[in-house]
Amino acid sequence: MRVALFLTCVNDTLYPDTGRAVVKLLTRLGVEVDFPMAQTCCGQAHYNTGYRHETEPMARHFSDVFGEYEAIVTPSGSCGAMVRELYPRLGERARAEGRGDGLATALAPVVPKTYELTEFLVDVLGVTDVGACYPHKVTYHPTCHGLRGLGLGDRPRRLLQAVKGLELVELPGAEECCGFGGTFSLKNADVSAAMGADKVRNAESTGAEVLCAADNSCLMHIGGTMARLSTEMRPVHIAEILASTEEEPAA
Amino acid sequence: MSGTFVGMPAFPKAAHEAVNNPTLRGNLRHATHTIRAKREKAVAEVSDWAELREAGKRIKDHTLRHLDDYLVQLEESVTAAGGIVHWAADADEANRIVTELVKATGESEVVKVKSMATQEIGLNEALEAAGIHAYETDLAELIVQLGKDRPSHILVPAIHRNRGEIRDIFAKEMSEWGRPAPEGLTDTPAELAEAARLHLREKFLRAKVGVSGANFMVAETGTLVVVESEGNGRMCLTLPETLISVVGIEKIVPTWRDLEVFLQTLPRSSTAERMNPYTSTWTGTTDGDGPKTFHLVLLDNGRTDTLADEVGRQALRCIRCSACLNVCPVYERAGGHAYGSVYPGPIGAILSPQLRGTASEIDASLPYASSLCGACYEVCPVAIDIPEVLVHLRERVVQGGEVTREGNKVVLKPAKGHAAERAAMRAARWAFARPGAVRAGQRLASRTRRLHPRRLPLPGPGKAWSETRDLPPVPAEPFRDWWQRTQGGAK
Repeated sequence: MRVALFLTCVNDTLYPDTGRAVVKLLTRLGVEVDFPMAQTCCGQAHYNTGYRHETEPMARHFSDVFGEYEAIVTPSGSCGAMVRELYPRLGERARAEGRGDGLATALAPVVPKTYELTEFLVDVLGVTDVGACYPHKVTYHPTCHGLRGLGLGDRPRRLLQAVKGLELVELPGAEECCGFGGTFSLKNADVSAAMGADKVRNAESTGAEVLCAADNSCLMHIGGTMARLSTEMRPVHIAEILASTEEEPAA
Repeated sequence: MSGTFVGMPAFPKAAHEAVNNPTLRGNLRHATHTIRAKREKAVAEVSDWAELREAGKRIKDHTLRHLDDYLVQLEESVTAAGGIVHWAADADEANRIVTELVKATGESEVVKVKSMATQEIGLNEALEAAGIHAYETDLAELIVQLGKDRPSHILVPAIHRNRGEIRDIFAKEMSEWGRPAPEGLTDTPAELAEAARLHLREKFLRAKVGVSGANFMVAETGTLVVVESEGNGRMCLTLPETLISVVGIEKIVPTWRDLEVFLQTLPRSSTAERMNPYTSTWTGTTDGDGPKTFHLVLLDNGRTDTLADEVGRQALRCIRCSACLNVCPVYERAGGHAYGSVYPGPIGAILSPQLRGTASEIDASLPYASSLCGACYEVCPVAIDIPEVLVHLRERVVQGGEVTREGNKVVLKPAKGHAAERAAMRAARWAFARPGAVRAGQRLASRTRRLHPRRLPLPGPGKAWSETRDLPPVPAEPFRDWWQRTQGGAK
């Protein structure tokens, strides 16, 4: 099976390790991975801040870049939800505003074949034990768009539970938002910071070494807060845990 | 009492105070988490919750689609049952109608059932200006009124107060309004409730005019419905000689049968009860029983304008249960007052800017008072997609566009203060259409990475980030460069 990796602009620029982990993991599972170099950004920050018209060409670019692939895999619940949940709305709105079916038609083929990483592993590849080894105590934060937008459910937890040596501990208030919310973290910095601090305190109470999530943007906010609060914990993307093996352990 | 919210600062500024008030945050956290957990349990007990939610949504959508017909039917039914219907286009008109109705009775006091509609229009202040005292009889509303405060929650207006604060308010203020609080009042709930009962009983037995809202109005029979927990509503609805109900036009349901759905979803979503203690229904007037005169004031106040908006109109499905407030992480930290409206929380963030427009600073900031986490949509018993409406209203704020105001189509200009953001968004979109530009930017960031501050104050919008969070280090090599170096850039 040959899939396109949609790494997202945040991962590409700030978290290349996550991309390398996805390539390593999928290759190990027998999947041929391609990274279309023309990919950029899904446009979520634009859309969610109110710039729908700026988002439309970005969505079209996405469909141009990824349209021909069998499946598109992304290590981000948030960007995955943008494509799956909100791209159809972009098409509908363009149609409702009398701008024709063009956008809806262009987006229709890419929407159903875009998968968040854990979804792809469990639903498409049908695996929960990916042969990983990660001897650490881990707590999992289900990020909002993965949880409620894509409905990832317990897929990430099932994958983590199958990791050799990994001790998974429940995060109190797991389903509460960490407070990132894209431009929300800048526009409502006080509330965002308070939410982040509460998330970190809850995570600390578990005694875990690692807080794991499937979105680097949320991890950037949580990790930045951890550093400021001098917490011992580290934020780690789930892809890096699932890619880790006894022979090549992740840090 | 200051019941109006005119001239409120934007949400982030108003929230700043709340976030930094540990007592308030503690009170809110405790209260919202308690109700949240109870609601979840009460909802889980019902096997057909998803169907009830869908049914509620459909009934409301159907009613809103044919609102003109149902309003006419309602007016006919109410009139046939001996009631008198008044139409109010806005808050001023509604306040004028009610004031004149009370004056015509010759009374200078009214008792009130807790009502969002009368708070929305600032009725108590309007009555006060005309020399009429309006007494709130719901316990939490009483606390708010005595404390010269503003409500901060739809269902629990005094959620921001703890028991100690309530005791102090009762001990200090009750004597100013009527029967004083008993000597040596403590902060035990039973004592506080008894003090309120004694204080209020005096008012119930004396008042000749009652003012209420309604949770529902049944078009087929002209029946109004109030759902409550304390019995004060029942007293206000039955004891006075004149009853004046002020109700938003969206509160109609077509038939009694439709109530079946909402009388299940409302109590479970709001107070986490299987059924609320008091459900009062009244239809016009009946000789020898209850009020002799019944007036219904049907309030528009921005509702038909909201109805004209295809995306935003779903906010009118709201049954004011406040489940969205109790689950919202932003409300939990910012408190209800920061929303600058009688409708706080997620529903307030989409309802207020639609009812009032987005011209003021506070109304333009409300659509941004959310991290779009989606918890509000998940719990809403009538499935209002609050995040969708928030984003839609953000678009209205930054891009402007056509909206309906007072029945006329007007074209809004983009709100001020977003020029730099708009330019940045446009520039980013331009760059993201050009992978080469993205790559050049990434390389520049990588090469200058040793110069990047992680903790120093950043300029512009980055300042807000750097005050409480470190930035991640920029990696030496972005992924796409690694990919091309190692995989040869297959495509």
